[in-house]
Amino acid sequence: MKVSFPRMGYSHLAFRWLMEEVGLECIVPPEPNNETLDLGVRYSPEFACIPFKVLMGSYLQVAEMGADVIVTSGGCGPCRAGYYWVMHQKLLEEIGVKTKVIAFEDPMCGIWDFIRKLNLFRNAGGASIRHFVQAFKTAWEKVKAIDDMEILSYEVRPYEITKGDTSRALQLSLGLLDKAKDRKEVEEARQEGLKILKEVPQDINRDPLKVGIIGEIYVLLEPSINQYMQQMLGDMGVRAERSIYLSSYTRNNTFSQGEQDVRQAARPYLNETCIGGHGVNSIGETVLYARHGYDGVIQLAPFSCIPEIVARSILPRVSRDLDIPVLTFFLDEQTSRAGVETRLEAFIDLLEMRREKKRGIKSASLITLPTPRAKFDAAPKLVAADK
Amino acid sequence: MATIGIPRALAYYIYFPFWKTYFEELGHEVIESSPTTRDILDKGIKDTVSDACIPIKVFHGHVEDLKNKVDYIFVPRLVSMRKFGDFGTETMCPKFLGLPDMLAASINDLSPVMEARLDLKKGKSELFKVYSELGKRLGADFLLICRAFRRASKIQKDYEQLLQRGIMPDMAMQEVLAGSYKKAALAGREREGANQQARIPKSGLGQAGSPSGDNPCSLAVVGYPYAIYDPYINVGLISALDQAGVRVYTQDMLSHRQLKSQAFKLDKDMFWYFSNRVVQGALYYMDVKPVEGMIHITAFACGPDSIVDKFLEIEAKRRGLPYMAIMIDEHTGEAGMQTRMEAFLDMLEYRRKKRES
Repeated sequence: MKVSFPRMGYSHLAFRWLMEEVGLECIVPPEPNNETLDLGVRYSPEFACIPFKVLMGSYLQVAEMGADVIVTSGGCGPCRAGYYWVMHQKLLEEIGVKTKVIAFEDPMCGIWDFIRKLNLFRNAGGASIRHFVQAFKTAWEKVKAIDDMEILSYEVRPYEITKGDTSRALQLSLGLLDKAKDRKEVEEARQEGLKILKEVPQDINRDPLKVGIIGEIYVLLEPSINQYMQQMLGDMGVRAERSIYLSSYTRNNTFSQGEQDVRQAARPYLNETCIGGHGVNSIGETVLYARHGYDGVIQLAPFSCIPEIVARSILPRVSRDLDIPVLTFFLDEQTSRAGVETRLEAFIDLLEMRREKKRGIKSASLITLPTPRAKFDAAPKLVAADK
Repeated sequence: MATIGIPRALAYYIYFPFWKTYFEELGHEVIESSPTTRDILDKGIKDTVSDACIPIKVFHGHVEDLKNKVDYIFVPRLVSMRKFGDFGTETMCPKFLGLPDMLAASINDLSPVMEARLDLKKGKSELFKVYSELGKRLGADFLLICRAFRRASKIQKDYEQLLQRGIMPDMAMQEVLAGSYKKAALAGREREGANQQARIPKSGLGQAGSPSGDNPCSLAVVGYPYAIYDPYINVGLISALDQAGVRVYTQDMLSHRQLKSQAFKLDKDMFWYFSNRVVQGALYYMDVKPVEGMIHITAFACGPDSIVDKFLEIEAKRRGLPYMAIMIDEHTGEAGMQTRMEAFLDMLEYRRKKRES
């Protein structure tokens, strides 16, 4: 049985390893590209959000590569994402593709269904229960390690002296992690990978802006859909922090102690615990970013995403109350890199000016305020590399 | 005594009789906003983000219309209407869930908004609990609340029955609130009786060359109540169909039981109350009570409808039923709508003739 799954950021490394470990043949979907989008857009409903279209395209691609089964996640609403698999299955049938979509629903809603499906895969791969559980635990460690590395890379990037060093270091570390076979090796690879990233030559004298990125999980996690925004910001010399990682719900965020805090923070603006997707989180995290002195917040959402539209309607008020600029990107298949880059640059310029004004720099010699871009170009001259 | 304003949008078309009766029984005056106009829509557009759907924009416009005219604006937070769905987690569209917060964030100097959180999947007594809480806040005593609640529930039940008899909401609302339920019900029954005869026999359309005059074309119009019953945002589609001599069926003309009987056909129930009603109603008209064609009215960039519409399209295609989706937004013009409707009806007529020959 050839199994495939939706691709989201770098997590495919862990998923591929897991499936191969339990004896399944695994097909990794190619990184979403123009062909994926073309396919997806052709067969998806017009107003489905971009994750739906990208997944549709990916599924058709992996079906062509010979996948028999696609494993994905379900959900119990009110975000449409929980209904994707039903629609994908129906559309694949319509097109005449034989691939089956199997979704894991929330185990809290139906534990037996969850276990039954897990067992299905275990039997198909022929792994023992003990081995299966072990593999799961190791894969989860991998997911966490991948996220750790990614987070560190975003911290390092704005300080890097040679452009591209961090990305290369990240690839190297992920490569190390990919070779790890059990939890001990994963831990070693993690340490090694983090060390490699820390060793990237950095200029610690820079003073990067701090920006938080919030929004819908898929467009946050899949860089090819958000035009590599987090890296782009890093290259502009901005320290961009993202609110959601795949391992988020077991991880204590830098400043929030889990979901509860975020909801608490959102309450004055959105007094409803669950509006689906990450709508409430978007509000709550903006509040938290503002409280922790971030310079700005960027919201990423797929076009026509319902929870994010609700959040978007409320964010101007949060922005006004807490004095934090918020820039929203509604992403769809038309979004181009140049457009995103231009808007980002303008936003970053604005943040820079605000910061200077706040710090009260009224130096007469400072006729033009330094833009992040200018700063970045000037940086290598004042090297103080940190080894 | 206070004046309570109720915006004529979104859930208004289904629950207004209840709200009006309840508040009036408690001794308050109820004012609804005026029917949607260009002006109301424009105000709504100004207040909302451009990505919001037109029903939400219209709702903001209606709230603006009531602003300064009333003491309170009643904006219930409808979370769920029943326990339903695969995990019992059916809710309303997320925009309903965040509606009072969206209003608070986007409209300045708003009259006090009276909010009530209706989460009816919690249990049968939840509805009374919420409304008695609301009554208490308005200063009514328990007995009065009980009486008002009973009266309002009765009126609401009558209203829903009139809808199921095939009467359009504006008419049904008038009759029910004027207390002439019986007369209206009788008229509705007569109408339904006429339809029974006029209905297309299952064995084939218009047998023995009956002229289309006494065999009117039957069409299912499905969509969310606030899209199909607001004549402004769908530029009078329903009345235009009526004038064209078409018998219109909507999902609200079916009882809960009839709708639920279709639920098994879905692999997984939809998450949204209104969407479930639309899908189940559409399936009912496809399989149980056949119609000649189906029109789905949907709002531009409506989240749930991106799924519902494709679903209906596939199901209609599998059954060979003519299906048309009409998308409405703030730029929908009468001419465009008219043209599409006429083309669709012509196509149905052509189909019918082809079958007869």
